[in-house]
Amino acid sequence: MRNPSMRQIAFYGKGGIGKSTTQQNTMAAMAEQGKRIMIVGCDPKADSTRLMLHAKAQTSVMSTAAELGSVEDVELEDVLREGYRGVKCVESGGPEPGVGCAGRGVITSINFLEANGAYNNLDYVTYDVLGDVVCGGFAMPIREKKAQEIYIVTSGEMMAMYAANNIARGVLRYAHTGGVRLGGLICNSREVDNERELIEELARRLNTQMIHFLPRDKAVQRAELRRMTVLEYDPEAPMAQEYRTLARKIDDNKMMNIPTPIEMDDLEQLLVDFGMVEADMGDAVVRTKAQEAALVATR
Amino acid sequence: MTTGMTGNNDSDPPVAAKAPPEPKAATQRVIDDVLAAYPEKLRKFRNKHVKPNDPSGTDKECEVKSNIKSRPGVMTQRGCAYAGSKGVVFGPVKDMVHLSHGPIGCGQYSWGGRRNYATGTPGIDNFVNFQFTSDFQEKDIVFGGNKKLAKITEEISELFPLARGISLQSECPVGLIGDDIESVAKTQGEALNLPIIPVRCEGFRGVSQSLGHHIANDAIRDFLLGTKEPMVGSGDYDVALMGDYNIGGDAWASRRILEDMGLRVIAQWSGDGTLQELASAHRAKISLLHCYRSMNYISIHLEEEYGIPWEEYNFFGPTKIVESMRRIAEHFDDSIKEKTEQAITRYEPYFAEVQARYGPRLAGKRVMLMLGGLRPRHTIGAYEDLGMEVIGTGFEFAHKDDYAKTAKELGDAVLVYDDPPAYELEEYAKALKPDLMGAGIKEKYVYHKMGVPFRQMHSWDYSGPYHGVEGFAVFARDMDTTISSPSWDLFTPPWQAPSPAPALVGAGSDV
Repeated sequence: MRNPSMRQIAFYGKGGIGKSTTQQNTMAAMAEQGKRIMIVGCDPKADSTRLMLHAKAQTSVMSTAAELGSVEDVELEDVLREGYRGVKCVESGGPEPGVGCAGRGVITSINFLEANGAYNNLDYVTYDVLGDVVCGGFAMPIREKKAQEIYIVTSGEMMAMYAANNIARGVLRYAHTGGVRLGGLICNSREVDNERELIEELARRLNTQMIHFLPRDKAVQRAELRRMTVLEYDPEAPMAQEYRTLARKIDDNKMMNIPTPIEMDDLEQLLVDFGMVEADMGDAVVRTKAQEAALVATR
Repeated sequence: MTTGMTGNNDSDPPVAAKAPPEPKAATQRVIDDVLAAYPEKLRKFRNKHVKPNDPSGTDKECEVKSNIKSRPGVMTQRGCAYAGSKGVVFGPVKDMVHLSHGPIGCGQYSWGGRRNYATGTPGIDNFVNFQFTSDFQEKDIVFGGNKKLAKITEEISELFPLARGISLQSECPVGLIGDDIESVAKTQGEALNLPIIPVRCEGFRGVSQSLGHHIANDAIRDFLLGTKEPMVGSGDYDVALMGDYNIGGDAWASRRILEDMGLRVIAQWSGDGTLQELASAHRAKISLLHCYRSMNYISIHLEEEYGIPWEEYNFFGPTKIVESMRRIAEHFDDSIKEKTEQAITRYEPYFAEVQARYGPRLAGKRVMLMLGGLRPRHTIGAYEDLGMEVIGTGFEFAHKDDYAKTAKELGDAVLVYDDPPAYELEEYAKALKPDLMGAGIKEKYVYHKMGVPFRQMHSWDYSGPYHGVEGFAVFARDMDTTISSPSWDLFTPPWQAPSPAPALVGAGSDV
């Protein structure tokens, strides 16, 4: 039976920002609190569940389908593994870089999971989607009757914020056709100046919230090297507490908004306002450092 | 949505039948009446595609716009680039395997749809009636189809060791997922010592099958042309017969005329043709082009690259046959000209006999046509040789140059339509009341139900050949049997019905 109050959430964000790590740690914290969880990796690299399973690249839906001949030949137990604290893990899988259609792999896999009852008896399903929504396939998890809640993982770095704004555009598109909402920004700190204020302001402009600020902590890396979440490797670590806090905030989150993406100029101005850009002139005009110095000298 | 039959033509619309003082204005009124059913934007668009003919070709107002995207919501008869490449250009090459690369439907549902005859033994040196497909599944989309493709080429070479080559006819998904079929063609071609031709004719490319012809021409140019020498050595009278797909044996009939003229056909492109002929056509002294629309690209290339002139010809009906024969002979010496005249002298009594037999039964009959890229122009002369008149004609996928040539073949103010949707063509037929309609299978039964004698002129309605000398007799007989069939007397066309036909309730009111 499908749990009627099951929540489906998806994590998006720039490549390398820490989506998989944040998601697995947060879900580990959820599992600690007794929640029944399934993580669906939607990345052809199939490494979204590594920290849960203590193993690199579990057998994916698509690779199994390719091996057996067709996706109809795949059984759920062939591809569904249980990891830390009973968290269910599935990877959609897909082709090597440069061939085939990874987006179609995501669509095929999610259809397979639905058809085979993988969504039964769960409190949370989370989708870990690769960095850029490059085609319709990677938007599959936020279409109708899939993830209704999106969390964007970002940092105060410019490109991460660009990506966050772009993802907000994608959410906006599907908000009107399917009902998906933005649940908030998760700031995975890169220790940029004024990072907290910057992301809070970006969140405000995007009509959402910064749901949590995750500080930078070496504990995460130490746990990752051991193929574990911080919660499993060192449950007492301060960072484990941060993930528990994030998990609780998500569980309590009532702020589900339609995002209001901003223009590129506004985004750049935001960076200027918060002192990210060396804006001696108080603007963001294209000038070399030497030109800038010359201009200052004439004042 | 267009539903075709609107049921609102109870009274006769204005007709150009009795040669009013201003024939063009009368034709324009027919056009305006039919297009009036459209919303304004579509009407404006379609208005550029339907014109009264100006035989001088100087009236800009009568230029027909063509070769652009059909509008959504209307039912076009067009095909796709895959249809143009696999179905038309490559399909008839008999000793090659043509692989429909992608999901199964494209190959399966077009299998055997074209009557391009070929001699030879099936599975040995003739694969025309086979259907090869890579039958893509989900996993092939996701992981790419290259491995499967490589395997298939191996299987083909094992199962059919005498196949001379393989063409890879891309279906839409191959382009969507970006499979590099060129690399498979290259490596497998070398491994199997077999020409493998990748053709990027994904159906979503272009506005009609026309682009598929071009893509196929380019693929032959890039991978085959010039790679072999003719097996028959070389001679002064060698010609390549281009753009004849041997529908119902057309190319054989055309070839006989050329041979009667003393010419030697070293290549047939592509009806009953072989890979050898595609690869060695650069040794011809002239390329003779029947279907200009689908093969002018390669003829122009032969001219530019090899200095081989090309001549467009028309082997439908005595007038055009004789005229074409003399024009072709001009490219050769007196011996050919002499043989040509002798051949014409031999043909003339035969032509006269056909005309004497069928002419009286067909004289004055009025014809409407709507076909691909050649026949709406090339068959006009044959109809006229039988005393018939083409009162409306149009192409599915012709370009501007085709319409310019067509204008000269038609009388003043004849209705010319480009890519007409089903609705329009039916309404034009209701207005013009032809004695014969010539179009495709999708139209056939609609016109039968309208009480209009109909010939399916893509496939010659399971008959043929229509090209060449004996083809004219078959053509004349078929037109006669169609028009003179007593079954038509059993119908009462709606406009002759004593009371108006009942309106179709709830259908077509929102056209």
